[in-house]
Amino acid sequence: MTADEQPSEAAPGVTDAASGAAGAQAHEHETPQAPPRPLLAQDWRRLLRMGAVGATAQMFLALSNMPLRLDDRLLIKPILSFGYLSLLFVPFVVGNRVGHQIKREGIPTHAAGAHEVIGGAVAGAVAGAGVSLMALLLANFDLREPLVNWSPQLADLLAFGNSTGFAVFIWLLLGGLSGAAGGAMRLLRPRIRRVAVTMILTVGLISVMETLVTDLAEGMRFEWLTDRVYARRGGVNWNWALILAAVSGLVSVLARGRVRRTRERIASLEGASRNRANLGLIALTGALLVILPMFTGKLTNELLANVGLFVLLALGLNVVVGLAGILDLGYVAFFAVGSYTAAVLTAATSPRINPELPWFVALIFVVGITGLVGLFIGAPVIRMRGDYLAIVTLGFGEIIRLLFLSDWLSGWFGGSQGIVRIPGAGIFGLASVDGTDPRAVFYLVLAFCALTIYISWRLERSRLGRAWMAVREDETVAEAMGINTVNVKLMAFVVGAVLGSFSGAIFSAKVGSVFPNSFLILVSIVILVVVIFGGMGSIPGVIAGSAVLIGVLGGPRQPGLLAEFSEYKLLIYGALLIWMMLARPEGLIPSVRRSRELHQQEMAQDAWLREQLDEEANGGGSLRASAATS
Amino acid sequence: MSKGETPTGAVPLLEMRSVNAHYGAVHALRDVDLSIHAGELVCLLGGNASGKSTTLKTLLGMLKPSSGEVVLDGEVVNDKPTSYRVARGVTMVPENRRLFKRLSVRENLDLGAYLRSDSAGIAEDLERVFELFPRVKERLSQKAGTLSGGEQQMVAMGRALMARPRLLLMDEPSMGLAPALVQQNFELIEQIHAAGLTIFMVEQNANMALSIADRGWVLQTGRVVLDDSAENLMTHPELRASYLGQSDA
Repeated sequence: MTADEQPSEAAPGVTDAASGAAGAQAHEHETPQAPPRPLLAQDWRRLLRMGAVGATAQMFLALSNMPLRLDDRLLIKPILSFGYLSLLFVPFVVGNRVGHQIKREGIPTHAAGAHEVIGGAVAGAVAGAGVSLMALLLANFDLREPLVNWSPQLADLLAFGNSTGFAVFIWLLLGGLSGAAGGAMRLLRPRIRRVAVTMILTVGLISVMETLVTDLAEGMRFEWLTDRVYARRGGVNWNWALILAAVSGLVSVLARGRVRRTRERIASLEGASRNRANLGLIALTGALLVILPMFTGKLTNELLANVGLFVLLALGLNVVVGLAGILDLGYVAFFAVGSYTAAVLTAATSPRINPELPWFVALIFVVGITGLVGLFIGAPVIRMRGDYLAIVTLGFGEIIRLLFLSDWLSGWFGGSQGIVRIPGAGIFGLASVDGTDPRAVFYLVLAFCALTIYISWRLERSRLGRAWMAVREDETVAEAMGINTVNVKLMAFVVGAVLGSFSGAIFSAKVGSVFPNSFLILVSIVILVVVIFGGMGSIPGVIAGSAVLIGVLGGPRQPGLLAEFSEYKLLIYGALLIWMMLARPEGLIPSVRRSRELHQQEMAQDAWLREQLDEEANGGGSLRASAATS
Repeated sequence: MSKGETPTGAVPLLEMRSVNAHYGAVHALRDVDLSIHAGELVCLLGGNASGKSTTLKTLLGMLKPSSGEVVLDGEVVNDKPTSYRVARGVTMVPENRRLFKRLSVRENLDLGAYLRSDSAGIAEDLERVFELFPRVKERLSQKAGTLSGGEQQMVAMGRALMARPRLLLMDEPSMGLAPALVQQNFELIEQIHAAGLTIFMVEQNANMALSIADRGWVLQTGRVVLDDSAENLMTHPELRASYLGQSDA
């Protein structure tokens, strides 16, 4: 129900009593929806509170210098840059959130109406006032000493090159408008909203993924198109933004529920046909991943290779954290050992021993040695539980790096000089894969990803996998079931280490050098964030997690699609992680099996309950009576 | 103190010979002697912190005795791991059921049979569990943590039975259950016992436990203070004294 659909007398002047009655009536019809609330019946405190949160967020963002840094990166030329977007999305979100009504069973929700727009506008304006305040403060005080980004340029940017008074006014206005737009999203019918969201997302994605798209265009020879869509110095041209929006809107209208229906149909498949659908999907993805890089340039392949390296690492950590429930904060250790072992064994420049083995032969040693290191680190660590274990792993992660850095071992590993001029990964004399050919690196990574995914998948369904999950759930009981918890946990450590070493061995061949600095604690944390963000224990989740975090935002040292954001990567990681924990604690793509189980069980529970209630209603063996008599 | 009538002749299934056990410096069990014979239903009674759960842990090998012997089928198993004892038919139903909450009921049952590799036998036992608890079959794909207390108890029993045990160690089967369910649970224990399983249970609910047990021991601060047949214990004047840790005279 939208505002214009309402009969005129019901819309603005409706009293509380009337809406209550309507609600009660609606409940009987099982569609509990009340008419829109009157314009000014706002929850002012809530508006102010949410607005204040938005204002704080905007002031923080302004002081993080994101608007200024990203002002050059145009999204839609000449209207919108990332810089302004980084501020303006806040009132939009706030304006949308204030219109949110918690759906409670049996209690009617109000239809969205002008009330939501006004509320959104007010909250948005309060949020915008944060920037206004910022502009005022910037003009009148100099706090450059503690706040490094406190600059006249920022003031200038906030004022759009005009006076401070203009800045104050324009940000109240922009905040209000943006908030109103956010609130207005609630007015749209779901179908229209979907179209609108598709349009915004398409334009947004195409401008965000500019490097990827132009790279693809060069490979597939449609530069003539991208040259027109994108402005010379970045950003989608405004006229093309309109065209793209129109086209995507049209597609969305035409596709309507088709995507959802297909997805539901796949989800509802059972047994063999579901397996077939899954296999088909996997084959399709695999084929796409093999074919696509042929048409993409260096940049994209480099990006894909980096994502792949992190997929390998994340899958390894997923075994340790997701399956066995051992919170390992020092996982980078195995990445480091893998890299260094491969470097020592293949590079002629390795200080002490340099057997110059072919890469694939070295890989055997890499696996063996990293496995042993996993065993040695794991043995003392797994005797601990919970927080203590996490802290100790953190320590071991650092110890390994410091050992590689130390003077004591510099005769072996080159200390801070590292090991350089590492040859590429020779593949049975056929080809040598190194960093100069990102496409080849990607294919190598892809092959190892496939292997690792298969291993993870088999492990999850194995007896060992079941034992890991039992240990994760309840170690004491797992032991009582006869599971040798020490061995099982050690196995998790070793398997995780070996999977991580693959990534290390490819990394050293790809980069051509290894330095202790490549293995900072940050790497461990990023891998862990990828696993948590993607969904612990879920293989597709982990892959999606690294595609989003590493591919779009970039890894600890690897640039992502949004290279401009690299400075704010950790800030965004943090924000995403918090949002994820609030909105979807199970991760981006939770383990499918689990969500299906959850679904089935709810239905089973409902059916059981209904059965019991029916029995009770029929005067048969009622729940209460049976409980009382027995 | 008259001894309870123990089945004579045969070697006890599981035995504790003057076992002492420590948690760090704390002396948890003091010279405990127990013997469980095949076919018995016996119970160990005692209040909080009397050492009941410690006894179970020691029997199952999760805690090593500091002196004395744990004997399984006549073999001293002090240094054998839990898995050794589970593989030889000693299984525990832990206190408060302790299911693997985020795993499905099916996975819980599978984990009960973790040490077994005879898939035909496992399938057979699964059918037996379903026969015993039809509701468990309905809940097979559900997460164990979402079941009701009674259903969880069934799964916990089922999980233990999947190990095809000869001796079931039950840690406080009445704990955390509604009175009606406790009753049901004890009936179930009797039923399983009647089907030929030896049962050793640890309980605080002395009346309930003694009503179905053959024999029992009463544990107080790590020491066995009473060792008698169930009937004798039931009427024993000292039982309440030791059990409640106070004299009722």
